[in-house]
Amino acid sequence: MSSPTSTPGGRKRDRNTNPSTPSSDGPTSPPSQRRRGQDSSTGDLMPMPTSPATDMLSPAAAQDTSLFSSPRPSVLPNEVDMSSPLISVRGTPARQRADLGSVRKAPQVDLQSEPAGADGAVASESNAGQRLVIWGTDVNVGTCKEKFQRFLQRFIDPTSTEDENAGLDLNEPLYMQKLEEISVVGDPVLNVNCLHVQSFDAELYRQLICYPQEVIPTFDMAVNELFFERFPDSILEYQIQVRPYNALKTRNMRSLNPEDIDQLITISGMVIRTSQLIPEMQEAFFQCHVCAYSTRVEVDRGRIAEPAVCRHCNTTHSLALVHNRSAFSDKQMVKIQESPEDMPAGQTPHTTVVYAHNDLVDKVQPGDRVNITGIYRAVPMRVNPRQSNVKSVYKTHIDAIHFRKTDEKRLHGLDEDAEQKLFTEDRVQTLKELAAKPDVYERLSSALAPSIYEHEDIKKGILLQLFGGTRKDFSQTGRGHFRAEVNILLCGDPGTSKSQLLQYVYNLVPRGQYTSGKGSSAVGLTAYVMKDPETRQLVLQTGALVLSDNGICCIDEFDKMSDNTRSVLHEVMEQQTLSIAKAGIICQLNARTAVLAAANPVESQWNPKKTTIENIQLPHTLLSRFDLIFLMLDPQDEAYDRRLAHHLVSLYYQSEEQMEEEFLDMAVLRDYIAYARTYINPRLSEEASQALIEAYVDMRKIGSGRGMVSAYPRQLESLIRLAEAHAKVRFSEKVETIDVEEAKRLHREALKQSATDPRTGFVDISILTTGMSATARKRKEEVAQALKKLIQSKGKTPAMKYQQLLEDLRGQSETAITRELFDEALRALADEDYLTVTGKTVRLLA
Amino acid sequence: NNNGADSGWEAKAVEFFKDHLKEKEARTLVPSLNDVPLHYLKPNSLVKFRCLIQDMFDPEFYMGVYETVDPRLKAKVLRCGKYRDVTECGVDFNSRNTVTAERQTFYCVPVPGENTWVKDISSQARVVPSTSYAPSRQKRSYEEDDDMDDMDTQPQKQRETHGGSQTHSEQHHGNGDCKRQETEAPSNQTASASHLDLNFPLPGEKGPSCLVKVYQDWDGFKLNDVLEVFGILSVNHTTSYSSSSLLDPADSMETAEEQRVHCPPASLVPRLHMLYAKPLPHNNPLLPPTGLEDNSAFLSSTLSEMASVRAELLAYFTHVLLGDALAAEYLILHLISTVYARRDVLPLGKFTLNLSGCPTAASYTERLYQIIQQLVPSSFYLPMSLQNMNQMRLVPKKDYVANRLVSGALQLARNTSLFLDETQLEQGQLDTTGVRNVTALGNLISWQKVDYDFNYHQMEFPCNINVVIASEGRSLLPSDCQIRLQSQVAPAHMDEYLSAVHMHPQASSQLNKFRMYLSVARQLDYSISDEVTKSVEDDFVDMRKDDPQSVSAEDFHRLLVVARLLSLSLGQTSLSTDTWSRAKHLDMLRTSRMEQHKCVNGNEP
Repeated sequence: MSSPTSTPGGRKRDRNTNPSTPSSDGPTSPPSQRRRGQDSSTGDLMPMPTSPATDMLSPAAAQDTSLFSSPRPSVLPNEVDMSSPLISVRGTPARQRADLGSVRKAPQVDLQSEPAGADGAVASESNAGQRLVIWGTDVNVGTCKEKFQRFLQRFIDPTSTEDENAGLDLNEPLYMQKLEEISVVGDPVLNVNCLHVQSFDAELYRQLICYPQEVIPTFDMAVNELFFERFPDSILEYQIQVRPYNALKTRNMRSLNPEDIDQLITISGMVIRTSQLIPEMQEAFFQCHVCAYSTRVEVDRGRIAEPAVCRHCNTTHSLALVHNRSAFSDKQMVKIQESPEDMPAGQTPHTTVVYAHNDLVDKVQPGDRVNITGIYRAVPMRVNPRQSNVKSVYKTHIDAIHFRKTDEKRLHGLDEDAEQKLFTEDRVQTLKELAAKPDVYERLSSALAPSIYEHEDIKKGILLQLFGGTRKDFSQTGRGHFRAEVNILLCGDPGTSKSQLLQYVYNLVPRGQYTSGKGSSAVGLTAYVMKDPETRQLVLQTGALVLSDNGICCIDEFDKMSDNTRSVLHEVMEQQTLSIAKAGIICQLNARTAVLAAANPVESQWNPKKTTIENIQLPHTLLSRFDLIFLMLDPQDEAYDRRLAHHLVSLYYQSEEQMEEEFLDMAVLRDYIAYARTYINPRLSEEASQALIEAYVDMRKIGSGRGMVSAYPRQLESLIRLAEAHAKVRFSEKVETIDVEEAKRLHREALKQSATDPRTGFVDISILTTGMSATARKRKEEVAQALKKLIQSKGKTPAMKYQQLLEDLRGQSETAITRELFDEALRALADEDYLTVTGKTVRLLA
Repeated sequence: NNNGADSGWEAKAVEFFKDHLKEKEARTLVPSLNDVPLHYLKPNSLVKFRCLIQDMFDPEFYMGVYETVDPRLKAKVLRCGKYRDVTECGVDFNSRNTVTAERQTFYCVPVPGENTWVKDISSQARVVPSTSYAPSRQKRSYEEDDDMDDMDTQPQKQRETHGGSQTHSEQHHGNGDCKRQETEAPSNQTASASHLDLNFPLPGEKGPSCLVKVYQDWDGFKLNDVLEVFGILSVNHTTSYSSSSLLDPADSMETAEEQRVHCPPASLVPRLHMLYAKPLPHNNPLLPPTGLEDNSAFLSSTLSEMASVRAELLAYFTHVLLGDALAAEYLILHLISTVYARRDVLPLGKFTLNLSGCPTAASYTERLYQIIQQLVPSSFYLPMSLQNMNQMRLVPKKDYVANRLVSGALQLARNTSLFLDETQLEQGQLDTTGVRNVTALGNLISWQKVDYDFNYHQMEFPCNINVVIASEGRSLLPSDCQIRLQSQVAPAHMDEYLSAVHMHPQASSQLNKFRMYLSVARQLDYSISDEVTKSVEDDFVDMRKDDPQSVSAEDFHRLLVVARLLSLSLGQTSLSTDTWSRAKHLDMLRTSRMEQHKCVNGNEP
């Protein structure tokens, strides 16, 4: 190994001109060692009649063969640095690819020829080339290169929706445009989607997956030839490196098994820990003490073969390692943990070690969700260097080639759900069949929390909340985003299984959060800044609301929440963002979360004589942000009781199977919702818009007859959202009249429950929007006027007794005057600066 | 048939063990890690271990089949790497015959909170294992036993076909090892373990923990499962972490912490290569270890006695609970309750009891716990003092540095009795940990689940823990049923009475009857006939007709559970109308007592 590296920077074209050295090098790296883990899979390819040395041929070698009538064994067993294409095209240096593993020597032939020449040679020699492969694989470098170049030049994906391809012309060869981008930007990395390779050439894809260590450098060579042919004048820092991603080999960390060793895999997970940067020696620099002759030795599998003799002065053991002239590359250990969604219940998540090299170092931070493409490795563990016994266990890790953050998209606001849940054809078919059923809406709503009895409308409301409306963007016209999420408040007697409903929803949706108003502070809901104990850097820790972005935040005991905490919700529930200005971090986070809250009445029992606001004592500004407010009361009639009793008894004593027959599987429901949320974006149809307008006008009309406003634009928006959600339930791309009808009905039901004025029995929206019914306001006004008159009739008395005044007013009025009413009247007059109340005395101000 | 893993002898060998271990005698002949100190056990022999899966490590790849080269003979020999930690000398890494296989490691600890009586009874039946120095009498009996002998030598025979003469020398070596260990190892293992955190869920636990290597079907096991593992013991010291192993550059990437946790000294945490594991429905040694349905004789004999045992137990509890027979009834119901099913998020069958009105004098609650401790197989007493709530680790938490799940007091096996003593709680400030702990307890009671803290996210683990809360007033934690203790003892004589309660420990045969009764009652099947269903439904409608406020859906939920438990406590496996009315009567008595002591502190009823 010493001779090729004897001249600094000599890893270029001069290899073949020095035939004697490579032949002596050949045996130093038995390929069998390298391919150990894969032997079983490639066994059928192994029994090549020739020795490893002569197995190796590549187009260039083939060219040699054509020039010299027989292959000369002394020339052929060349070694090529597989980590980077050897050709130093137009002076651009190659950069070692540490990600392809520590073994960079593979028996291989130098690619001397000019790219153009090579193409021709491949064409002419393709017959011979077919059989000649890299030792231990079925990869023929020439064919492989040619195929990949063809792929780059021709691959078109008109239906691409990836962010990476934004701004590219989809009808032109995709990767050629990317190469152009590289020539402009100068970032010599080409990310290649393996799916594209697969659809273009399945055989090439298979090779890439099975022999990444050999195929990727071949790709590198191919792309560099192509690139420098096309853009001869571009200057790059180093040669282009190909980074494949999205290999379909493995998705889940749990399914990694010994067969995946040394193969290209893609797994998803969450980063839990990253190490400090580890400098890894790539090339050791030795200098002779005696004659100052220097030499370089490449690190092979973590070992440095220290030269024993100085070749210049022949002194033994005179060479010393000079650290700061050795070449190092960056390396970082990253620990990945299985994402919680991938795990079977009742087990702990698995972790995997990933090594990131060079510019992939520090690409990810703990907490990031990533898809990692890399080569899976297993290394035997030696118990002790002095012992011959070894632990029979391998250490496994992944050499990362490509990181792709899955939640990266959140940065761009417009994107659809970050979750790219994959559905199999069958599943989609089942879901569509289900959607085609006329009673799908009823079916789904009854499948929701089957253990909770009846409350059909509430379940329907929650179902619509799970689907959500269509997200619209009006930023151009200055309105910004429209909220698509439906917010629901449940209130009612304690013990009416509100919490249970919340728990169910929380367990159903992938991004649900469950908090209790009692236990959560504003900080727990929003975000806080904390110092990372390891890195000492400030980290923004997100709270429940941000975590449930694109999900549902369930808040139990909403009424017990402190005012301070509740105020945070104002922004979230309408603008769907969260602003933070803390410890020097000023930002706005997306919190596109639907809120499902449950509140208990203040007096422990719902008082039907009072309005919703009076019962739960929540500010009306917050209440008006809920699309639907339901009362969960205990209805009291015999038929209901009987059904309830039956439901409960069967809940306790029916066998598991019976239950499952009756209701839809939770998993189906979950998939159904995920599918609809991802793929269905209903738009309003003409008739539906008309119906909505009518509905809104009707709602306003009801009130105007009694001299009050009974609907606000917010209610119209709610109606639109609900109608859209209902269309989603039907998997319909269009909102139709039936959707509007159901939205209207549900909205009315909810209003009937929560906004009925207990004094008049009418539905009065102003209870929710202003906190007081119109009749109550009118009554207050009257009493205040009566009181004023009373005081005025008393003449010039600067002060009066409170009790006295109350009794006088009672005596005068024909309707009963409660103390509260009286207090309110006093307050109203105080607001007019007419009087002031101090303790038990009322003083006139005027 | 020595052609490696494909020839199927492995499966046959495992089958052989399974078959033999199903026989009751064979089971008891295997020495248990729970009872026998580790240094008495022979390495590479078959042992059993009653344990709880505390943590699951990452799967590891090992050499399932490998080839060794003998430098003198130049002969290559194929060997099997299963059921052992270390390979033999001269592994040929370049061999094409190497088969990489996968296995899973579980970190297992003895069942947390297992009470001393369980340990005592199981170790009475213990096998003194054969060691080179053991009394010859026992050794002979062990070797004369064909069955046992057969089993023990089986793996050796299998190995012989591969390893030839190697096996014998190794066998001798193993014995020698053992002898040396015996002279060196102090008999008290826990003393030397103090520097190493063995990650027991409960403070003050003792006993060996174990790294169990699982070779097949590891997906079937779940965290917190209680198992009886039969496997081959390995105490090879080379598997332990030592600082010298840091020499290997590949190892240095793992933190020292992680190595220490994943490769603890084999003398403290032995490795157990699992051949067969049996999930234990209970850990009561008085009951047959298999399910009740297989033991109809045992079942019918106990069932017939149940009513009488119940009466005795009721009398005993009435005495203990200061003469309160109603509270005693409820305590029995609580002790036999279990979560038997879950409907979406709702656990069915749980029956958390809040025993309010406990006297604070003479550490009554602790005495009460001691009595419960005598009766249930595993239990834990948690004084809810401010300090405990603020400092204790209740919820298990993932430690990413050491890459392990740091256990907490709520990581308990199914049907463990958790006794929360709220009388210890005083006024003061709960800090963040305290609030989290109280929330965790609340979640445990309401949903029978614990959210393990994985730092970046939480993960929900369902559990099945019997919680009883002793408090003065109404507990701040939720509960399924609150009963106020009504002392029949005059306050003047209280101290005297209390100290006398514990003066008469029951005879052990009596205690055993109670223990068996409680465990059996919990295991029984239960059904409800259509007629009874109908009458129960009618009853509910009638009750609501008179006064809708009198019985809510929640009350009905509770009544159904009480009826179920009452039937089972009487040894009846289906509900009768009599039992239903008795359940109603019990609950009526309880609520009327609650009315008298109506608390007015504004909490939700």
